[in-house]
Amino acid sequence: MPLTPPAEPDPEPKMNWASFYAVISGVNRHSTGIGRIWLSVLFIFRILVLVVAAESVWGDEKSGFTCNTQQPGCNSVCYDHFFPISHIRLWALQLILVSTPALLVAMHVAHRRHVDKKLYKLSGRASPKDLEQIKTQKMKITGALWWTYVISLFFRIVFEVTFMYVFYMIYPGYKMIRLVKCDSYPCPNTVDCFVSRPTEKTVFTVFMLAVSGVCILLNVAEVVFLVGKACSKHLHNAGDSTMGAWIAQKLCSY
Amino acid sequence: MSWPTLYAQLVGVNRYSTSLGKIWLSVLFIFRVMVLVVAAESVWGDEQSDFTCNTLQPGCENVCYDHFFPVSHIRLWCLQLVFVSTPTLLVAMYVAYRNHGDKKRILQVCMLFSFVLITVQEAELESLKRRKMPLAGALWWTYACSLLFRLLFEGGFMYALYVVYDGFQMPRLVQCDQWPCPNLVDCFISRPTEKTVFTVFMATTSSICMVLNMAELAYLVAKAKARRQICEPLHITAPQTCACLAQL
Repeated sequence: MPLTPPAEPDPEPKMNWASFYAVISGVNRHSTGIGRIWLSVLFIFRILVLVVAAESVWGDEKSGFTCNTQQPGCNSVCYDHFFPISHIRLWALQLILVSTPALLVAMHVAHRRHVDKKLYKLSGRASPKDLEQIKTQKMKITGALWWTYVISLFFRIVFEVTFMYVFYMIYPGYKMIRLVKCDSYPCPNTVDCFVSRPTEKTVFTVFMLAVSGVCILLNVAEVVFLVGKACSKHLHNAGDSTMGAWIAQKLCSY
Repeated sequence: MSWPTLYAQLVGVNRYSTSLGKIWLSVLFIFRVMVLVVAAESVWGDEQSDFTCNTLQPGCENVCYDHFFPVSHIRLWCLQLVFVSTPTLLVAMYVAYRNHGDKKRILQVCMLFSFVLITVQEAELESLKRRKMPLAGALWWTYACSLLFRLLFEGGFMYALYVVYDGFQMPRLVQCDQWPCPNLVDCFISRPTEKTVFTVFMATTSSICMVLNMAELAYLVAKAKARRQICEPLHITAPQTCACLAQL
């Protein structure tokens, strides 16, 4: 058998998870330490595992779904009845939706920088060096940015939990069964249909579920950390301020 | 030529966009292009190979598939995304045209006063590249026109999808009697529920983009009115001067 030359590396960049990573990891600079850990867990244990392993497990989900009948169309209909939406697509949507609240923070930082630039220009400090300094300085998570960050964490948690619930509703028990019984038209009667690679699918479902749980814990820990940091900062700065003044300060400090 | 190339082009125009325009670009690329490439294309991947009709008649499946799916959803969405992105390039072309004109003027001035240092000329050209033109005058009209075209294309394609597929729902079963099918045969579509989910998702994000575009248009009109209110009492008619004054 003649040796085939290795495939040419694809010169055209694809719109894929790698370019998505480039967009999302830009937010890393303004995250806390826990936020950076969360981002790494997301990309290594969820997106990478999805692309490298899970997609090949579910690759033949439809072609390998076999029903005990010769009736044309019965396979399609039974597959559609038991798998309204594939795990892979649900995970892809979950990962996209869970990552995007971080862009709220990026937008807020960009807005803050824009306002800083305007202030600098008005006060006469419009040298290129000063404007560069605005671009490179790390924003402190205080004031309105603190609220944006906490809200983005809250949305992340809500999306994660919602998707876990949706998974549970569509695929009860998170387990993939070997055999399903189907009697939708045009199947002539109740036919046995066999799912392809059920155990492997169960393993990956449980794995992705566990990592999703870890991500929720990290997000909750980050919220607790931010709230704790804000409380201790306030107590340290102004020991005799009232709670109302603290809330007013947080809301209006920027 | 691929989606990232288009993205690179559009991001370049981002400097002249409003904040809503920047949000629109993110929504477009993350919730529409990304979802299309990463998820939707694999759902529609086997649309023809798994389109099964209850007949052994050769050619019947091909003909029925062609009758019920004149243009695939994926191709319609790709066209929609390309058409919706291109009005932004109008703005890029106008900015390039303005920069070209200004560059020529700078070079002419420097040639007349040939004793002017080359470094001054280079500094002028550099600042020309980096300047941000205020959204006023002809640039405002170009930007507003590009928004109108975006809205038209979004609405047009959503209507086309609705008309061609009789709604946004994908049925499980279609009945076909095109020649050479011997009689009325049942044909079964692959993954109809998953396709319905993604069709509804894409229609929703398309509507969100339309709302963002309308909001941006309203914002531009309001900004122009506010600018006129500042400049009219001072009898300033030049739009760029007026815009600079309004920014202070």
